[in-house]
Amino acid sequence: MRAAGTPLSRHLHPVAWWVWAIGLAVACSRTNNPLLLLLAVSVASLVVAAKRGSSPWARAFRLYLVLGAFIIVLRVALHVLVGYKFGTMKLYTLPSVELPGITLLGPLYLEGILAAAAEGLRLASLIACIGAANALANPKRLLRALPSALHEIGTAVVISVTVAPQLAESVQRVRRARVLRGEGGAGIRSVGRVALPVLQDTLDRSLALASAMDSRGYGRRTAQSTSSRRLTGALTLTGLLGAGIGMYGLLDGTAPTLIGMPMLVLGLALSAIGMRVGGRSVQRSVYRPDPWGLPEWLVAGSGVVAAVLMVVQAGHAPDSLALPVQPLAAPALPLLAVLGILVAALPTFVAPDPPVARRDGTR
Amino acid sequence: MNIHPATPVIPDASAPVVFDNVTIRYAGSSRPALRSASFVLEEGELVVVTGRTGSGKSTLLGAVNGTVPHFTGGHLSGRVTVCGRDTRTHRPRDLAEVVGVVRQDPLAGFVTDTVEEELAYTLEQLALDPPAMRRRVEEVLDLLGIADLRDAPLRDLSGGQQQRVAIGSVLTASPRLLVLDEPTSALDPTGAEEVLATLSRLVHDLGLTVVLSEHRLERIVGTADRVILVADDGTVSHGLARDVMASAPLAPPVVHLGRWAGWQPLPLTIRDARRAATTLRADLLASSATSPGPSESRVHDTPAPSGVGQRVVATGPGSPPAGERVVATELEVTHGTVAAVRSVDLSLRDGEVAVLMGRNGAGKSSLLWALHGTAARSAGDVSVLAASGTRVDPATESPKVRRSHIGLVPQSAPDLLYLDSVRAECRQSDHETGAEPGATRATLDRLAPGIPDDHHPRDLSEGQQLALVLAIQLAAAPAALLLDEPTRGLDYPAKAVLGGLLRDLAANGSALAVATHDVEFAATVADRVIVMSEGRIVADGPATDVLCDSPAFAPQVAKVLAPLRLLRLDQVESALTATAGGSR
Repeated sequence: MRAAGTPLSRHLHPVAWWVWAIGLAVACSRTNNPLLLLLAVSVASLVVAAKRGSSPWARAFRLYLVLGAFIIVLRVALHVLVGYKFGTMKLYTLPSVELPGITLLGPLYLEGILAAAAEGLRLASLIACIGAANALANPKRLLRALPSALHEIGTAVVISVTVAPQLAESVQRVRRARVLRGEGGAGIRSVGRVALPVLQDTLDRSLALASAMDSRGYGRRTAQSTSSRRLTGALTLTGLLGAGIGMYGLLDGTAPTLIGMPMLVLGLALSAIGMRVGGRSVQRSVYRPDPWGLPEWLVAGSGVVAAVLMVVQAGHAPDSLALPVQPLAAPALPLLAVLGILVAALPTFVAPDPPVARRDGTR
Repeated sequence: MNIHPATPVIPDASAPVVFDNVTIRYAGSSRPALRSASFVLEEGELVVVTGRTGSGKSTLLGAVNGTVPHFTGGHLSGRVTVCGRDTRTHRPRDLAEVVGVVRQDPLAGFVTDTVEEELAYTLEQLALDPPAMRRRVEEVLDLLGIADLRDAPLRDLSGGQQQRVAIGSVLTASPRLLVLDEPTSALDPTGAEEVLATLSRLVHDLGLTVVLSEHRLERIVGTADRVILVADDGTVSHGLARDVMASAPLAPPVVHLGRWAGWQPLPLTIRDARRAATTLRADLLASSATSPGPSESRVHDTPAPSGVGQRVVATGPGSPPAGERVVATELEVTHGTVAAVRSVDLSLRDGEVAVLMGRNGAGKSSLLWALHGTAARSAGDVSVLAASGTRVDPATESPKVRRSHIGLVPQSAPDLLYLDSVRAECRQSDHETGAEPGATRATLDRLAPGIPDDHHPRDLSEGQQLALVLAIQLAAAPAALLLDEPTRGLDYPAKAVLGGLLRDLAANGSALAVATHDVEFAATVADRVIVMSEGRIVADGPATDVLCDSPAFAPQVAKVLAPLRLLRLDQVESALTATAGGSR
């Protein structure tokens, strides 16, 4: 284990980044206090700016922020269109359309819009957290850390991850080709004309990749008995289901405590056993596996601390985590929650810098 | 460097590859792709597989490691044995440590995203223990000279580097055999050179058996030990490179020159040909000395002399002289922060074929797209002389009007095709250009006769697809046509057809620009050659001058006959006959 301080530049274990990001996301999910949410987004952005590498997805963090902004706008727009309008400070009156059971448009109040925006911000901050994890932890390295039973699923995911940018490239290329044939390239009719060559392209690439992987030994495994395969499947599936429910219970504050942490632990344990059983038949080794050292503990821990402090705060003073709208007031700044989110900025100081790709000799 | 097979090798009777009466037939196909192929490839041989497009080269290569029929389907009769293992019972993945397979597009086969991880991928699948894995990756990094690229993202590498990484990624498993399907067709001459030099070194230093297919035989046949020729009907003939080349229909220019001159033994390399050509050079020098006038002009002009009269050199700042179809001044193109084209002044003249050359990423495509007006330029002016006699900026025209001024055939030409039959594509083309019905089909029949109406465009060969796209672009009757890498995937006959077609268009007064890496193709079509580097034009002049003056871009005939400035065999013939029958 390497002491913190000036760690050598290396990739932090991707699982550590994901634990950190999920911790921060759990914290965000428990509040719609815009001050806390903005603080969390700033912390996530700070860490991304300090520790991201040079890979394409590291550059994609901005897209997640844009997506978040879009979600806020969408949430407010939905509120204007179909939302339940409440409040006292009327901003503007749109003509309302009465439909059975629902009122479209109608008067707009500041409180309603702010509440909608805060809800949107909560969702946007969750997306920013996931985006941060994506930017910081190379998804492909994350999959390398998967147990060997999940190796094949992992490879499938890796490929689908790489397909997206290639798809975008194909679409752009084909659209340019459409322009060469004298079409504007816009409009619903051109969709089909772009889709066919793009699909063809994607299919060709997929086949080429599958064939390349096949000839490089992918999918070699020892024979496995049917019963062992079924056992693996049952254990893993039940386990993942349990883990899913557990995660839901943990994130949803109103769920009974039983389907929170205990369910999650049980589910994960079942999956682990299943993967152990299934992994026995996969013959595969990992090249230079990522080590798990002190920086990993600190990064993962800082995310967990943020989540725990937020949950504790929610237990003590739930009102401080909400945006007061009836009546409208400035949101509180609860000390414990702020502290937790600030702790989540710790990776800026303790995580090793990602190695810089040497580009000499490349074009 | 001790790379040796990871698995116990069955002694004897385990030649790297044994094909025993192999016939491969795909479902729904009337004729077999490969017919009764029998041959043995020995240790340490460099074997080139050649044949026309669609002749079954890829099928043969795929059969070596069992991809055919395990992955592609189809029916294989006979027996293929690789290092003693029968592909009937061994799937491709079970052969991963004896056969390494590299394909045409390296990027499409990469599973990871950095060089080092890609090199380790095969070893991970083979479950090698981590210390041995680490050692082998380091060895291969050094062997291929890519150690300084180890952390580099694969997408950022040049084509030649990517292909070397692809070779390295299968080499780590210490195979006895490498199979490469057109490994250099997407590379510029330098990148291709890198890859072929690497392969030749692997054969000589490690005794690896290398089997590869290649359309441009001029690059590889000189170093090949053996050539396998796949005929159109799927039959296979094989033999020593020199024996096969003596009669093969597909041969590089140096072989054609050798056959024409009757040199024995037939030279396959520039070096051998130069040694054999001493008398021919003397004859040619003598003939050009006795009749300098006609011979010189014949040599310097390219076969269609239509462009000669219109060559205007001066480009004043005012209105460009007549005949300058496309004029660009101070043209600049940037992609993000990268300057792809830097202040280029260029004019394309009526009746002239200009060939753009330069390494990958030199800005050739960017320049073509900016000239065409579909891609935005960041500075400068482009104007095209419209049929009405006025000069217009193509970028400001609507796409529909633009294509009647200037056409572009992009690098991946099939992108333009989206309908389900050749008939529908032709009809749509007539419709969208306002040409009279049947016009596109008539053009297509002129370019590539006999393509059935009901075929799906995707099922056509590369040459036929290109012809269809050309016919579609020509339906709008543009006076200027730009082609980006049109020769990719074309064999010699298809390139000859394309070359003839471009000359015809130029003879009819069109202005053409062709970006290509193919030196021999450039030698057959170019009036003028423009060499680009890092977004700038570094050479621009008559084809003979530019091609003969550059060691990298000189075609084989020019290299053999230097200091004579002859690019092609037909020029040699006419130079000799001009002085009434010079002796060979």
